[in-house]
Amino acid sequence: MITLIKRPTPSRGWSYTTPIIAVLATMIAGGLMFAALGKDPAQAIRMIFWDPLFGPNAAYFRGQLLVKAGPLILIASGLAVGFRAGIWNIGAEGQYIIGAICGASVALAAYPAESHLLFPAMIVAGALGGWLWGMIPAVLKVLFNTSEILVSLMLVYVAQNLLAYAAFGPLKNPQGFGFPGSRNLQQYPSAHNPELIAGTGAHWGVLAALVAVIGAYILMHRHIAGFRIRVAGEAPRAARFAGVVPARLVMFCLGLSGALAGLAGLFEVSGPSGQITDGFNAGYGFTAIIVAFLGRLHPLGILLAGLLMALTYIGGDMAQMMLGLPGAAIQVFQGMLLFFLLGFDVLTNYRIRIGRARA
Amino acid sequence: MNRRSFLTTTAALALAATSLPAFAEEPLKVGFIYVGPVGDMGWSYQHDQGRQAIEAEYGDKVATTFIESVPEGPDAERVLTQLALEGNKLIFATSFGYMDAVMNVAAKFPDVKFEHATGYKTADNVAVYDAKFFQGRAIQGTIAGRMTKSNKIGYIASFPIPEVIQGINSAYLHAKKVNPDVEMKVVWAYTWFDPAKEADAAAALIAEGVDVVMQHTDSTAPQAKAQEAGNVITFGQASDMSAFAPMPRVSSTIDNWAPYYVQRVGAMLDGTWGSGATWGGIDTGMVEIGEISSAVPEEVKAEALALKDAIAAGTYHPFTGPLNKQDGSAWLAEGETPDDGALAGMNFYVEGITAELPK
Amino acid sequence: MTLGGIDIIVLTATLMAASTPVLLAATGELIAEKAGVLNLGVEGMMIMGAMAGFAVAVTTGSPVAGFLAGAVAGALMALLFAVLTQVLLSNQTATGLALTLFGLGLSALFGKGYEGVRPPSTGKVPFGPLSEIPVIGPVLFSHDWVVYASLILVAVTWAFLRFTRAGLILRAVGESHDAAHALGYRVIAVRIAALAFGGALAGLGGAYLSLVRVPQWTEGMTAGAGWIALAIVVFASWRAERVLIGAYLFGGITALQLQLQAAGYAIPVHLLSMAPYVITIVVLVILSAIHRHGAQAAPADLGRSFHASA
Repeated sequence: MITLIKRPTPSRGWSYTTPIIAVLATMIAGGLMFAALGKDPAQAIRMIFWDPLFGPNAAYFRGQLLVKAGPLILIASGLAVGFRAGIWNIGAEGQYIIGAICGASVALAAYPAESHLLFPAMIVAGALGGWLWGMIPAVLKVLFNTSEILVSLMLVYVAQNLLAYAAFGPLKNPQGFGFPGSRNLQQYPSAHNPELIAGTGAHWGVLAALVAVIGAYILMHRHIAGFRIRVAGEAPRAARFAGVVPARLVMFCLGLSGALAGLAGLFEVSGPSGQITDGFNAGYGFTAIIVAFLGRLHPLGILLAGLLMALTYIGGDMAQMMLGLPGAAIQVFQGMLLFFLLGFDVLTNYRIRIGRARA
Repeated sequence: MNRRSFLTTTAALALAATSLPAFAEEPLKVGFIYVGPVGDMGWSYQHDQGRQAIEAEYGDKVATTFIESVPEGPDAERVLTQLALEGNKLIFATSFGYMDAVMNVAAKFPDVKFEHATGYKTADNVAVYDAKFFQGRAIQGTIAGRMTKSNKIGYIASFPIPEVIQGINSAYLHAKKVNPDVEMKVVWAYTWFDPAKEADAAAALIAEGVDVVMQHTDSTAPQAKAQEAGNVITFGQASDMSAFAPMPRVSSTIDNWAPYYVQRVGAMLDGTWGSGATWGGIDTGMVEIGEISSAVPEEVKAEALALKDAIAAGTYHPFTGPLNKQDGSAWLAEGETPDDGALAGMNFYVEGITAELPK
Repeated sequence: MTLGGIDIIVLTATLMAASTPVLLAATGELIAEKAGVLNLGVEGMMIMGAMAGFAVAVTTGSPVAGFLAGAVAGALMALLFAVLTQVLLSNQTATGLALTLFGLGLSALFGKGYEGVRPPSTGKVPFGPLSEIPVIGPVLFSHDWVVYASLILVAVTWAFLRFTRAGLILRAVGESHDAAHALGYRVIAVRIAALAFGGALAGLGGAYLSLVRVPQWTEGMTAGAGWIALAIVVFASWRAERVLIGAYLFGGITALQLQLQAAGYAIPVHLLSMAPYVITIVVLVILSAIHRHGAQAAPADLGRSFHASA
């Protein structure tokens, strides 16, 4: 009989080792799958994990890693603060969309005026849009105790329909020959979120993600507010005695994660993506939830988890290209990686005892 | 925008710039990126058929790779760069939404040639190509107009973009030509591929009394719905959908990219590749009319084939004046045909269609 | 019978068939959520059911075998989720999202070679003269057996939750796993069973999609149906009878907007498409306002991991 015994505090040693074990386990399981598909497993795994970092052309891919990981880290940093407090915003995808729509709208309204104030105004609009979208579940939770999990999830679909409406309607490029999609902000200098140092991939969004990680670290681990948030998540009753006002906490957490998701959307639409289109949202908001948990809700963990996720996307494309692996095999591989990472985490919080547990 | 004159100047420039391949033994690397999975049996599947045709034609002289299910936006830009960095000298980007990504990457890799499907932006090393699907619709419209008993034709449209609007107009005009009483009912599904929704759309149209269902979406779901209803005819879209012949599928319009792909790769191999805009039709084989089934009366079949031959020979243009726009204003004078540029931006219905075009 | 150019009878008959996949999946998810588990992997379970059901039906020539295989595939996916979340205590939200990713990929891999194939046809239930009755005939007596089976399943689920002891235990586990554990119920076992049942129904819904509703197999063919099923459970405020209403509303709004278009109405498609979700939020708010100081509509321990500390 195997039983799990909860550790009084999470094991530090295991929290560093389990991700490594999980990645190794994924390599074995994924390798078996690749072999079953008739491909060389060692080569496939090298392409996914090694080549984007150190292979030929790695200089380019390292930059792309930042482009891909930036929004994930930015969103996940905000979400993790809420998750720590037991406030479950799973609608970041919607907040990301609304942030992008608001930010792009500001730019498109100003088009073609050039001004140094435009980009800052877009940042404010993007953050505000995401914040507002996050405040809907927050206000409903405070006023009526409505589940924020479900409201924020429902709002994703509302946002998706708004996005389609905007791409086909009000934000459509008048010079786009009738095709859906807004003007490309990459071609509008004042509104463009460019690569800050050529070749690095780093744009303002990547910088914002780093700031968010540092900010979240200070907030959660060096500030009294972070202590209160953690207490609220772990012992809600105790938190109330410690002076935590639940309503304010809900507003803060949903507002913060919404604003950061909105920012991520804004940086994406004004930078790598460039335009509002029907399919603009590529699932960053949902993937960021996974990233937050893979990073164990710790800012530095999120940083690493975001980079790891980005690596599997970029390396996965490479394996597809070089080995002719089907895209679906990469999805399965990512799924396995997540399962192993999530599953092995049990070792961090629990001890395994073989034999009968003493009741 | 006059695409043709633009074409001749850039083609000359590009021709001068293209150098002959240095070593004949080295295979020419050709890359493809698809928006959907190869197994979608529609759009991406047909492009992959074209890729396979290249391999069959040139054997060892070429090496092709592809990446499937690449979302439009920043991922596309990265994947295109990845393909260029891996040494692909000719890259086919097979979805409209890749347009700006193609332009960005092409600027960075001047010695790599890009072929972009259905777009309108060209450069020295970027050619665009598209098929005149509306030619196929003219033949479908003729068969539909002759065969309908309820005089109601249904059309499952995807997105309100020029390519789709051309198809609706062409089908309507030719159905009306042979049957002045026909009425066209259009349903916008706002998707290229969602089998369940397409099935619903077909069911809705059939409930409205149509006995012909045309589709500009890629799944076979409408075919199955029509079969269930019994006396409704359909046309295959993108691929032949011959599994549903002879009833309900009575004919089809096939996207046949193989001749173009083979020709363009050939041009690369002998050093004659030039930029330009190709809008191929029945004459070049890019638009292929699938076998007209035994469910179609002989005289209707003969009429349809005669129309096909006239279009292929260039003696007949599906949009020949006098034609008015839906609001009654004049579009084409007696005997006039539109130039390709005007057609490529079509954003209105022709006179007689009662439905309202979404704005 | 027409209203504003729309044939109500046809619309009703259409939406009954159109809603069946989400009805099945939502009923399954309802049971899982009643037991306190939030499984966001419905989409992944559905698509596996769609693929497995299709493959087996084509291979054996029997739609019944196909539906069984779909249910088994869905249940297996759910068991994977159960091992991770119940035994290894991983986070349910993240695991559910990963399950969807995994299912979409795996189904595409195993489904290669089944594209473009036609499945054996699932028969309609022969009601004979009954189906000729005006109005009632087409609405009630013109469907295949899965439609009736799904309606019976909803009724059984409703009765199970309301009247049976097992249903009571299931709800107790969802409301307070600690209390249920203290009373001696095996929380983990109940949850695993509920998840497996939910997965089986999601798989069945997927199989209905690929075998009847579309019918064909293609990668990604569920196109978000699993997410709609999740929304329906919320809309239904975790009541089986309201799942039926929710499924018909969500399935119906698509059928309705397409029908309105076919009838020649120019409608704002996107605004109409977001309506069910807005309505769901409104319903949620009203419910939580009513229960402000009492029991909430959602199972109290929904989404929380259970570990029996010694």
